[in-house]
Amino acid sequence: MKNKKVLSKRMTYVVMIAPALILFILFNTIPLITGAFYSFTNYKGYGSFEFVGLRNYIDLFSDARVGNSYLFTFKYAIIGTLLVNVLSLLLALGLNSKIKFKSALRAVYFLPNVLGGLVVGYIFSFIFTYIIPAIASALHINFLENSILAGEDTAWIGVLIVGVWQAVAMNTIIYISGLQTIPADIYEAGMIDGVTPWQKFRHLTLPMLMPFVTTNLILSTKNMLMVFDQIMALTKGGPAQSTESISYLIYKNGMDGGQFGFQSANAVVFFIVIVAISIFQMVITNKKEEQL
Amino acid sequence: MSEKMINVTEPVATEPVVTETEKKPSRKPKTNKRKASVFVITAFLIIGCITILFPLYITIVIALKSPSEMTNDISGALSLPQHFSLDNFAEAMRVTDFWRSLGNSVLITGASIVLSVIIHSMAGYALGRNMNRKKKFKMIYFYIVSGMFVPFAILMMPLVKQTSILGLDNMFGVILLYTVFYMPMNVMLYSGYMKNVPLAMEEAADIDGASAWRTYWTIIFPMMKPMHATVAILTALGTWNDVMTPLVIMSGSENTTLPLAQLNFQTQFGTNYNLAFASYLLALLPILILYIFCQKQIIGGVATGAVKG
Repeated sequence: MKNKKVLSKRMTYVVMIAPALILFILFNTIPLITGAFYSFTNYKGYGSFEFVGLRNYIDLFSDARVGNSYLFTFKYAIIGTLLVNVLSLLLALGLNSKIKFKSALRAVYFLPNVLGGLVVGYIFSFIFTYIIPAIASALHINFLENSILAGEDTAWIGVLIVGVWQAVAMNTIIYISGLQTIPADIYEAGMIDGVTPWQKFRHLTLPMLMPFVTTNLILSTKNMLMVFDQIMALTKGGPAQSTESISYLIYKNGMDGGQFGFQSANAVVFFIVIVAISIFQMVITNKKEEQL
Repeated sequence: MSEKMINVTEPVATEPVVTETEKKPSRKPKTNKRKASVFVITAFLIIGCITILFPLYITIVIALKSPSEMTNDISGALSLPQHFSLDNFAEAMRVTDFWRSLGNSVLITGASIVLSVIIHSMAGYALGRNMNRKKKFKMIYFYIVSGMFVPFAILMMPLVKQTSILGLDNMFGVILLYTVFYMPMNVMLYSGYMKNVPLAMEEAADIDGASAWRTYWTIIFPMMKPMHATVAILTALGTWNDVMTPLVIMSGSENTTLPLAQLNFQTQFGTNYNLAFASYLLALLPILILYIFCQKQIIGGVATGAVKG
């Protein structure tokens, strides 16, 4: 009798996990394996194909367009992550201090996080193309009189501004929750020692906030490496492929460009890069936990 | 900072009167300084709001104007509309088939939330309760959670093939895919939350002879309410604004979602800015309205999800 009950309890657990597990295998693991499989073929996305061994991977490293997409994506992700974290840390410090209209201000600064990247991109596209050049010519600022999205060297800045504008919201909220975990008595002790505001930030706030800094750095790096919506709305990879991110290139050439096999190899490499960054994250998180 | 100062000096106030009067002059400039710094910070933050609100302002004024009001200079774009008219909205609704794409978006987001809350909470519960005792459960947990590191870009092309073979290149397929995409994060949140749910409840129900299945739905599931809210908010924000998944999966079908309609609209009518901005505003409106009413819950949900995840 008792055994039967234990068994049925165990069965219940299995039944509870089964739907999730089946869906996960079907729509995550199987496509992952098929993707890896196609990366060793010259499949165009239709018709027949042959195995080409590692040729796609070798070609990947000599392909200028792929190289450019990696350069752009990493430049965008690194600069974006730094900007986002500096801005959101400053904002969080401000929004967490004893100010007026606190909840209204927080609500406004969080707003970009709930808006869709595509529509935000279209709105900014109009600002970059019409509003900023109009203001610039009224004020005779020469270098801004043309849309920054039209210049090969400047278009990435436009994409970056929109990406940062949206990403700051999320990181600010994480920093605010981090600041709220810092016990007040630490500051009181600091006050007795007579620290300056900078010393307070550098030696009290920042060390206590470090776990959240790590989380935020990794989170925004990962999100920014996968940039897609902003590019779709602002530049479509142009001008002259100067703003083609890895995700956008895989989408464009893999789906329509007849490079299913080749872009699968690109996706596999991209996946390995993301995993490497994630492992790096876990190593740091483990170290941090050891310290606590 | 100086408020802590006041806390520190408070015990002093209970000491002999002499000390208190001595303290007073030194405290007053501190309070002024504090007031000044609060003012400066508030002022900076309010000015900073312009960067957030300016794009929305532009969207609203342009959406309300007629093309003839859009002169080439800067005032043409930024000034308030002269006649209040909703014509652009009516036209944008017609061109983008607004109600239908809104309906599709609501259906996709709603179904994804319901499926996520049911499927992920069950799995999160079963895994969270067993993974510390049984190795198999722990392996399944890490197997699912590791899906967090798989970017959509690598799944995209195979999924397009796979969904069309299975006849899932439609809204139902997109819903199933969302249920899978948010699974790693949601399962992690749910099983983490199980630490807050005392085992005693289940044990009591077990002694009363209730089956594990019934215990879950009548006792545990309602107790996970705060996590359901977090999961619903995170899933909703992700699915509502997503472009890539419906773009590649539903490209063959006639149905669009709200963001996808903007993409199609842009390629067809992108040059009529008044119409375009009316359409963008319509696309932003549902989430803006929701945000105005539930911003506390949304901010709280996102913060919980991010910090625990």
